[in-house]
Amino acid sequence: MTGAAVRSVLGRDLRLASRRPIDAFLPVVFFLVAGSLFPLGVGPEANVLRQIAPGVVWVCALLSAMMSLGSLYGGDYADGSLEQMLISAQPTLLIVCAKALAHWIMTGLPLILVAPLLGMLFDMHSDAIQTLVWSLLLGTPILSLVGGVGAALTLGLRNGAVLILLLVLPLCIPVLIFGAGAVANVDMGLSPSGHLSLLGALLLLTLLGAPVATSAALRISV
Amino acid sequence: MISSQHDGSLLRIKNLTGIRGTEKLFQGIHFDLQSGQAVWLRGANGSGKTTLLRMLTGISVPEVGEILWNGETLAKSEAFRRQLVYLGHSNGLKDDLTALESLQFLTTVHGRSSEAPALEEALQKMGVFHRRHLPVRMLSQGQRKRVALARLALETQPGVWVLDEPFDSLDDSGVAVVTQLLETHLGRGGRVILTSHIPFKIEGVDIRTLQLEKRRAP
Repeated sequence: MTGAAVRSVLGRDLRLASRRPIDAFLPVVFFLVAGSLFPLGVGPEANVLRQIAPGVVWVCALLSAMMSLGSLYGGDYADGSLEQMLISAQPTLLIVCAKALAHWIMTGLPLILVAPLLGMLFDMHSDAIQTLVWSLLLGTPILSLVGGVGAALTLGLRNGAVLILLLVLPLCIPVLIFGAGAVANVDMGLSPSGHLSLLGALLLLTLLGAPVATSAALRISV
Repeated sequence: MISSQHDGSLLRIKNLTGIRGTEKLFQGIHFDLQSGQAVWLRGANGSGKTTLLRMLTGISVPEVGEILWNGETLAKSEAFRRQLVYLGHSNGLKDDLTALESLQFLTTVHGRSSEAPALEEALQKMGVFHRRHLPVRMLSQGQRKRVALARLALETQPGVWVLDEPFDSLDDSGVAVVTQLLETHLGRGGRVILTSHIPFKIEGVDIRTLQLEKRRAP
């Protein structure tokens, strides 16, 4: 019964996204457009681009993941389906996890798929691109999970969208440092495994803490 | 007072006080809701009807007083949530899903059967069967309400129904169907607490009225 509920929350969120394809593609389009502005602004010097690439890609990923946080719980809150989910016998934790997973599939996964494209635009080496994909794979779920806490805390507030950014972005700084650091290490000929391990550890820590915090925040906000 | 009900479960409200901000909405509410009983919650706008109903669903936790389900605090009782049906002001339907999909999601989350034939039969009963494949945003206010109320037609257990203005935006035939559903539910030993600004009658049931007095600020 519990598995069915998780599947139905996940399936519903994905189906909703498919009903509004333009909204669903917005974050990934933002990611590509914002990323491709840098070569135009900084100039076509390949060495410089290669050097700033990890940071730029990671910052763009971070911002694009923030874009859709407002609607993560906002829509369900407005139409009453959130309170229906909260009063159901399903554990709130599972619902929160299903929502975070749906958010990651809709925003994190597409970023990982198009990141190599952005990497090539910055003339990154193939092994650097590979590390970038690994770091995004470990890092973007953290963004969805931490973002959920911010989204739940700011439910129903008037300036919610701005507040989410102020709440969540500082918490995502370690992800940014280790994610971009892993790729930079590859460029310097060092092993990225230390940074990637730290990202993995962060992911485990967030998996343990963020859903609990999100459920508590939802109980307060609704 | 000796409870006449030995087999059924009991929802007991003890010394409940509703507070919004610094304002006390109601105070010292006591009542028991037993099998086959209905309570009509009445009161002026802003007297705290919805606040009280939300407390009865466990969404908000009362600061003063307590609500018990078989002696267990409501917020902790999974058994209570498993048999509860709450229909609030917002219908809980997604604009971009079809009526059938929305209903199916709600029944699955609440752990009820979500087989398509049963859902379609419920929508048929509510008179919105022909609209089942339309997105909810294309339905009228009354039709949305009917889709949300179709959950009542799917219930088979004598649980607690907490209904916030179930007759709102329904036409006469809709009101008749909902009254029929309430009658069936009370007949099988269910419990209902509802608000309504229009008078209603359920055959063979003595509806208790609970009047919330608007407290004047000192």
